[in-house]
Formats: sequence, structure tokens, C-alpha cells
Amino acid sequence: MSFDLNFIGILIGAIMASSVPLILAASGELITERSGVLNLGVEGMMIIGAISGFALMVVTDNLFLAVIGSMISGLIISIIFGLLTQSLLTNHVATGLALTIFGIGMSAMIGKNFVGIPGKEFPLLFVNLKENIPFLGPILFGHSIILYFAFLLPFLTNYFLRKTKIGLIIRAVGDSPTSASNQGINVTLVRYSCILYGGAMCGLAGAYLSLIYTPQWIENMTGGRGWIALALVVFATWSPIKVLIGALIFGGITILQLHMQAVGLRIPVQLLSALPYIMTIIVLVVISRDSRKIKLNTPTSLGQIFYKEK
Amino acid sequence: MYKNFLRYIISALFLLGLSVQANADFKVGFVYVGPTGDHGWTYQHDEGRKAVEAAGIKTTYVESVPEGADAERVIRQLAQSGHDLIFTTSFGYMDPTNKVAKDFPNVKFEHATGYKREHSNVSTYSARFYEGRTLLGHMAGKMTKTNVIGYIASFPIPEVIRGINAMTLAAQKVNPDIKTKIVWVFTWYDPGKESEAAQALIDQGADIIMQHTDSTAPVQVAEKAGVWSFGQASDMQRFAPKSILTSIIDDWAPYYVERSIAARDGTWKQQDTWHGLKEGMVAMAPYNSAMGSDLVKEVEQLQKDLASGKTHSFTGPIYDQKGNILVAEGSVADDGMLAGMNVYVKGVEGDIPQ
Repeated sequence: MSFDLNFIGILIGAIMASSVPLILAASGELITERSGVLNLGVEGMMIIGAISGFALMVVTDNLFLAVIGSMISGLIISIIFGLLTQSLLTNHVATGLALTIFGIGMSAMIGKNFVGIPGKEFPLLFVNLKENIPFLGPILFGHSIILYFAFLLPFLTNYFLRKTKIGLIIRAVGDSPTSASNQGINVTLVRYSCILYGGAMCGLAGAYLSLIYTPQWIENMTGGRGWIALALVVFATWSPIKVLIGALIFGGITILQLHMQAVGLRIPVQLLSALPYIMTIIVLVVISRDSRKIKLNTPTSLGQIFYKEK
Repeated sequence: MYKNFLRYIISALFLLGLSVQANADFKVGFVYVGPTGDHGWTYQHDEGRKAVEAAGIKTTYVESVPEGADAERVIRQLAQSGHDLIFTTSFGYMDPTNKVAKDFPNVKFEHATGYKREHSNVSTYSARFYEGRTLLGHMAGKMTKTNVIGYIASFPIPEVIRGINAMTLAAQKVNPDIKTKIVWVFTWYDPGKESEAAQALIDQGADIIMQHTDSTAPVQVAEKAGVWSFGQASDMQRFAPKSILTSIIDDWAPYYVERSIAARDGTWKQQDTWHGLKEGMVAMAPYNSAMGSDLVKEVEQLQKDLASGKTHSFTGPIYDQKGNILVAEGSVADDGMLAGMNVYVKGVEGDIPQ
């Protein structure tokens, strides 16, 4: 392996690009879970976002519409989840699982006519700077706008949850919906909004895959990334910044194991393939050991059905 | 629970179809490992199926069938629902195909790229893709500037290892300095993983990307990075017009038509077919003129020689990685050795995953 600085820069750039869908989906799910709702439909919402984004790109030939459309379709499919869990008070886990199965099947059906069509090139920003500045260039520049947004998002989410009034309300609803309700907060409305936001972010994560990362539509193209995003939220103990770290570690080891193979290191390939999963869990468990902080961040009412007596 | 429910519905539908269509016409079934729109492996098999259909024989297909427990269920259902001939088109269907064949002695089975014919109603067929890989190796050896050839491999089975070896031998012949770097992705079809692998190889200095996986993702990555690539299974040229030098095309149509007609007319017999450039089961897409007319002519000549048998992809002396002789000088590898190939030749980096 050549270890010049520029190569390491390129490597870090590739790692960042591969972690974007995880960051987006996990950040969205984090807000949903902080309001006390456990939505296991992340994978389903992502895949719906992926096909909608790609289909809109093909039909309208407009990438902006495609990105917005993918978020809207993620949002629409999460409405189903909201209706069932919040208005009809169904079980969160079962409904979320159903949403994933529905999303995968639905996307395959819509996608039938979009298989094998080459994607369109998504504009990348500051490509000149990327090529002209060694090391930092490939890290900081030459990415899509969605990547920059994804890397800002955990910090925005952190600020939003800690410092704003709405953030406080969301946390209150997640910790004790009954008390929040007694304070005059409309728990159902808050939870609905958080579910919709989570849906939109998962849709965007899917669009990143089908429009930018591998610009084409392929059945089941999210490949389990939604489940990884879900796990990240839990192992990061509902902290947005740790979600970012977890996503980078996962993306990092995924890319590095391919490089280790290409170099011809004599480590069993099967072990290398399992490394991203093992390492991400270990690191997140280690950095999240402070049990007081875990309690502070864990939404106490997570997954519980809230029923307001009238 | 959901799966079981689906299973009941599907079986119910099949039973319904069976009762309505008892003693119906001759029917041929196909089982595919990927979607028909992968524009690679499965796409080409489906083109073959369409040719059978055009010959006036009824066909059905099931796509995206995972290699595993699901495969046996699907093959069994096709056999139960009155198909007379069933093509199972992926290596991993080998055991399920033989298992089902035992229970349906009147149904004929054709398994692609495998070697097990445990019952008299199972035939196997494959193409000598390695002949195409020899051509790719020749082009790669001539075109590379970094002398690093990146190879995205799927599973460590003889077919894949044969391809790696054939390519490396041909490249070494025209350029002794080349190195073959291999990344195993353990999937036939996962565009995300395939493109990450392609990018990793490019970042490691490869300026030629070759794949033994089925999606168009690697050639698209190569196009973006400005390196050369080769299409797999079908002509992928329109996904990477500048980067693709040629594609190895699998042409199953003549074989499928011939075997379907034989089965219909009662002349079908168990056999093991291994066709290559000569019979046209392996074909090459138009060569990219960017490699210069001299090289194109050279490759076209080599293609002719491989087809006529004047040249063989595995002509001795061939050594393994440790320097032991595999094929002696002056002789060529026999089909038995090719079919069971499980060692790298000299010049390939790394170990074969066990």
C-alpha cells in the first residue's frame, strides 16, 4: 500500500462518502426515537426513497426534483406508520417490520421499469480544489451537496435537541408522554412530526444511494444499511455525535477491508468482511460506557404506546 | 410468518394452475439468480429464454432466486407445475437441482456452470469464459501504464479462479511486469459493494478494472475515474462508453433452443456441454478503437486462434504461486484440470479464500 498523504486523503474521502446514507438515516431515526417512537421501518423507507428518487430523475430529468421527491415519498410512507401506531395505537415493532417488508416489495414493483437505465451524473462541488490541494483536497472538496448536509446534520440535531424549545418538547414527550401531555403538549402531534421527519431523512438516504453513490436502480439496493442505521442509534446511546462517529467507523472499516484485500494481506477474507460490524459495536459500546449519560439520553417511553384518556 | 403465508398463497396458485393446465403443452422453466434487468449474467440468460419462446415453445422464469434453501423450493415448484425442462442458471443451484431431479425423473434439468450430474435427467452446461479472459488479459497487459490490474472476484470457485489465471497468464505474456490485485466481494450482485471494490482497486493503483460480478457498477466507477474496464456477460458499453475496451458476452440462445427442441421431441440425452469462442457461446463485444488499430488487429487474430484451437488459454509451462509446475512445457491443460482449478498461477497476489 502506498502511504503517501494524498492517498490517505482519497481514502478518507471515500470513507466519508460511504457513511453518508448511514448518517442521514440514523439522524432521522434518532429524532423519531427521542420522541418515544421506535420505527423499525428504516430500511423500507430508505428503499422507497431510493426508487422514488431514481424514477423521478428518469422521468423529469431534474435532480433537484428527484431529491425533494425522495424525501416526500419517505415522508408519505412514514405517514402510514404514524397512522397505525399513533392513531390506531398498533404495536411499534410489528408495524415497523411490516413497513420494511412493504417498502422492499413496493420498491421492487415500481422499479421494474427502471432497471438497467444508467443514472445521471450528480454535480460535485469544488472539484478543482479537490485535485489541486494534496491530502485535504480529497477530504474536504469534490463531494455532493448532500454529503455536506449529512456531515452538518448530527451537529444541528445535537443543538436542536439540547438548546431549542422544540428539542426540549421532543425529549419530554419521549421521556414521559403522560407528564408532557399534562403540561398541555399535544403528544400525538409531536410524535407524528418526528415520524415524518425520520421518514424524510430515510428517503434522502435512499436517494443518496440511487442518485449519487451507485447512480442506478437495483432491487434491494439498500442492502441492509437501514438495519445498520437502526443499530447505530442504539449503540450510540441516542447521541447524534456518536452516531456520526459510529457511521464513520463502519464506513471506514468497510472501505479499509477492501484495501487490505487489494494489498494482499494474509488475513481471512471472511474475517475482514465481518470486521465493520464487530468493530463498530465494540467502539460504540466502549465510548458509551457512562451509564449516567446513557440514562440521560435514553428516551424512557421508547416503543410504548401512548393513550390519552379523554 | 409472512414467508409461510406467501408460501401457501404461491403453492395454492401453482396447484390451481396445475389443475387447470393438466396435460398442457410442453413448457420450459428458467431459474435466475439476479433480476432480468441486471444487464449482465441474468439478462443474457433471459435473452436465451426469449429465443426459446420465439421458437414456439412456452417458457416461464423466476428471477432473483437466492442460492440456498429458496432455490430448491422454486425449482421444485417449477417441476410440480408441469414444466418439462428446467434450466437452473447459477453455480449455487447445483445441489438443489440434483435433489429435485431425483424426485422428478420425468422432468429434464439443465444446470449451468456446475459439475454434478447425479441423476440421468440432469445435464450440465457452461461456457469457456476463460477464453474471453485470455483476450482481456492480452489487452490489459498492453494497455496498463501502472502495471496493476484490478480484479473484482465473486466466490472462490473454479470458474472464477480459472478466469483470474487465464487473464493473468495472457497479460504476463505481453507484459511480464503486471500484477493482478484481487478483491473478493462474496456476492454475484451487489452494486454498492462492487463499486466500493472497484474504487479501492483504483485507489491502489489499478488502471484496468475487471469484474467477475454481474452489475454495471464497476464499469461506471472506472468511467468516472478515467481508467479502462471490461464488461461482463453482456455488452455494457453504454454504461461506460469511454472506459470499456470490450465485453465478454455469454450467448446462451442457440444452446437453449437446441436443448428445448430436443426435450420436446424426445431426443434429449444427458450430457456435459462446455462451449467457447468456437461455438459462439462466448462472444466478444466490439473492440474499443481507443486501444489503437494495431492492438485491435492483434486481439482479433488471437480471438481467431483461440476459436480454431491454434492457441490455448492454458499452454505450458504454467507454474503455481510457489513455483511448482502445473502444466508442462509444450502441453495444454486438460478439461478435467480446468474444471477443478483451485490454485492461482504465478504472478497473482494473495491467497484464495478458503
